Amino acid sequence: MHRTSAVQARGITKSFGDVIALDGVDLDVPSGQVHGLVGPNGAGKTTLLGLLLGLAVADRGSLEILGTPVGRTLSVPGGVAGFVDGPGLYPSLTARQNLAALASLRRYDAGHTADVGDALEQVGLTDVADDRVRGFSLGMRQRLGLAAALLTRPRLLVLDEPANGLDPAGKYHVHRVITGLAADGAAVVLSSHRMDDLAALCSEVTLLATGRIVFSGPVGKLAAESGELDYRLVTSDPEAAQRLAARTPGLRVVPGHDAGQRQDADVVVRGPVPALDELVVRLVQAGVALRELGPVVPPLEAAFLALTGTGPEPTQAEPAQPEPAQADPVQAEPAQAEPALAAKEEAR
Amino acid sequence: MTAIVTGPRGGVRPAPVLHGYRFELVKLLSQWRIRLLLLACWIAPAAFVAAVSLQSSLPSDTVFGRWMNSTGWAGSLVVLDFSCSWALPLLTALVAGDVFAVEDRLGTWRHLLVAVRSPKRIFVAKTLASLTLILLLVAGLAASGIVGGLAAVGDGQLAGLDGHLLAPGDAAGTVLLAWACALAPTLAFAAVGLLGSVALGRSPMGLLMPALLAFVLQLAQLLPLPVAVQLALPSHAFLAWRGLFTSPAQAGPILAGLVVCLAWAVVATALAYRMFLRRDFTDLSYDGSGRQILVGAVLPLAALVVVAFGVIAGLTPATGSGVEQGKLQNSLATAYSHLYRLQTRELHRPDVTEAQLRATASCDKGGSRVLDEGPGNDWRCVVSWRLPGATAVGTAIYQLDVTADGRYVADGDGPKEVNGYFQVRTPTGDAPNPLWQFDGNVDLLAGTPKE
Repeated sequence: MHRTSAVQARGITKSFGDVIALDGVDLDVPSGQVHGLVGPNGAGKTTLLGLLLGLAVADRGSLEILGTPVGRTLSVPGGVAGFVDGPGLYPSLTARQNLAALASLRRYDAGHTADVGDALEQVGLTDVADDRVRGFSLGMRQRLGLAAALLTRPRLLVLDEPANGLDPAGKYHVHRVITGLAADGAAVVLSSHRMDDLAALCSEVTLLATGRIVFSGPVGKLAAESGELDYRLVTSDPEAAQRLAARTPGLRVVPGHDAGQRQDADVVVRGPVPALDELVVRLVQAGVALRELGPVVPPLEAAFLALTGTGPEPTQAEPAQPEPAQADPVQAEPAQAEPALAAKEEAR
Repeated sequence: MTAIVTGPRGGVRPAPVLHGYRFELVKLLSQWRIRLLLLACWIAPAAFVAAVSLQSSLPSDTVFGRWMNSTGWAGSLVVLDFSCSWALPLLTALVAGDVFAVEDRLGTWRHLLVAVRSPKRIFVAKTLASLTLILLLVAGLAASGIVGGLAAVGDGQLAGLDGHLLAPGDAAGTVLLAWACALAPTLAFAAVGLLGSVALGRSPMGLLMPALLAFVLQLAQLLPLPVAVQLALPSHAFLAWRGLFTSPAQAGPILAGLVVCLAWAVVATALAYRMFLRRDFTDLSYDGSGRQILVGAVLPLAALVVVAFGVIAGLTPATGSGVEQGKLQNSLATAYSHLYRLQTRELHRPDVTEAQLRATASCDKGGSRVLDEGPGNDWRCVVSWRLPGATAVGTAIYQLDVTADGRYVADGDGPKEVNGYFQVRTPTGDAPNPLWQFDGNVDLLAGTPKE
């Protein structure tokens, strides 16, 4: 099915004085897609979201939102809702009053504002609808901001860090609303530092660094950009596991543990997935129980760190030792290792 | 970034001003600070006036304060005088000085822009909402003071600042007119508040701007500035309403004050509007810039003072401080005549008209070595009058404390049986001799009377 383009940006450049916030950015977001914007702090994400919301104008480039070209004047395109730098809420008003005021401002607009109660219910704030926003947590404010955006029945929803401060219940509500909107044909552009959120919500991501796009495409493709990852293994016999890992072709043992790593991680190895499969087979054959296996840094995060150059200096890994002649382990089906890896990824 | 703001695009209409106005009012009225202000303005003056009016010791240092236990109208004027000094600039600071800055503090500008879709309409809605609230506060001050005074003392005659008595109906009308006159400088200070709020963003200096301006201008008013300079300042209109309580009314300073204040209101609002539309709303830490405030706010308003000075100096005959010997003598003699009649009535003596009294005054400032003009507490005047059928000329001496704004307090210095302290019987009870101490007001813009 052909999907219309909600956002089409070409060569967008935006500067603040001497600081170039965006430098020739291209962005395509079709209707019905949840598109993630990621990047380190100061990468230009908020600036780009601000352009989509009509809060600023680009210095150069072309921007088309919901089929309408955005000119050099400051204006807000119709059908666009959302927030940047946190939802704008008035602490002296209740949640319901905040939304009612917004609905009042938008009511004339084609008469398509959603019901306030319905919006509050969608984000799970019905119970606190008549409480003043002053007492709301960050997560509740985020959800109320989302409810405010829902009031206008947006065709393009722009959200800046919507997952900030959310508890599991809040996260559930926000994810449900976003995926529901996308299913109804709205485009959603959101920024987040939480790669698990992006993986769960977005079909495509754009990675920004210092105002430039360093990656744009499907989430799976971004994960593949991570290159070789470090994997942590927890086994019944750490010494044997380390020995076997050192002898597995393509794998290197990463010595020591980084600060903050779990101390029960017996072995940390680096290498491609097939080599890791081989190690699992060897462990099983050697009678070493594999209790846990997972990447030290998730693939998306690793890709982020690799592409933005913001990751830690790589630890020197010990290359695999030549395999002794007498060692002739029986090849196991690589598929045996998959459940453990998948289970670890699922747990994350 | 300088954003060029245009009208709606792509069929998207901005929110109507009325909707934005209502939203702004809801936001303002939801703040505890504003609710407390409203409560205070609608209740405190009544309580104050009622309580003070029943005391024997009255705030005689305030204009009309010495008449508070004679008529209920005086209480409202005491409230007005106090409000003009402190309350009104402070109210404008708390309301208009914060109406834009609050969005900076809360970080809600982007939200508001997305919702309203027109910075112009946001400005109009905020301005109208803050204006409405300020009017509500001023109305509360006026109504509360009047109700408190009338309830405590009743609807008696009010002695004006030239001693003539205003019947209750006239007093009511003049008191309301005086409050209406005070609205002009209130609007001017509110506009300065808007300008400060727009220009300084989250900085508390924006909130303080009207109060700070009022403080500086009050200090300036204490100085013997040329009358054209005094009248070119927006704060003078906070005092000009006193001219309504003379007969004839001192219309010159009132009109000059109204024009100057309206000019300030228009110019400051226009500057705020211009600055607001040029603002970069993507900068969340906006606190204004020194250069922008200097060029966009301070210099234009300073230029306005200069222009107003030039116009007033060119169009009016007044020179120097405006406090001149001839005018002071005329004012004192007139007030003395009116109050002499009042005293005569209260002492149950045969009535005598002002024309029969033919009162004159001779004033001297600080002896022969000092020029007889300008404010000061060293004015010494001798009032002479005649009684019908009597050949002797009566004289009474007064020490006058004249302030730069034209107000003076005449303090009787003998003879004791004429202007000394003694109680007289009035319809509302015993009161001090009306000729003992009284307030007067010199028309700063009037020409010097011919000898």
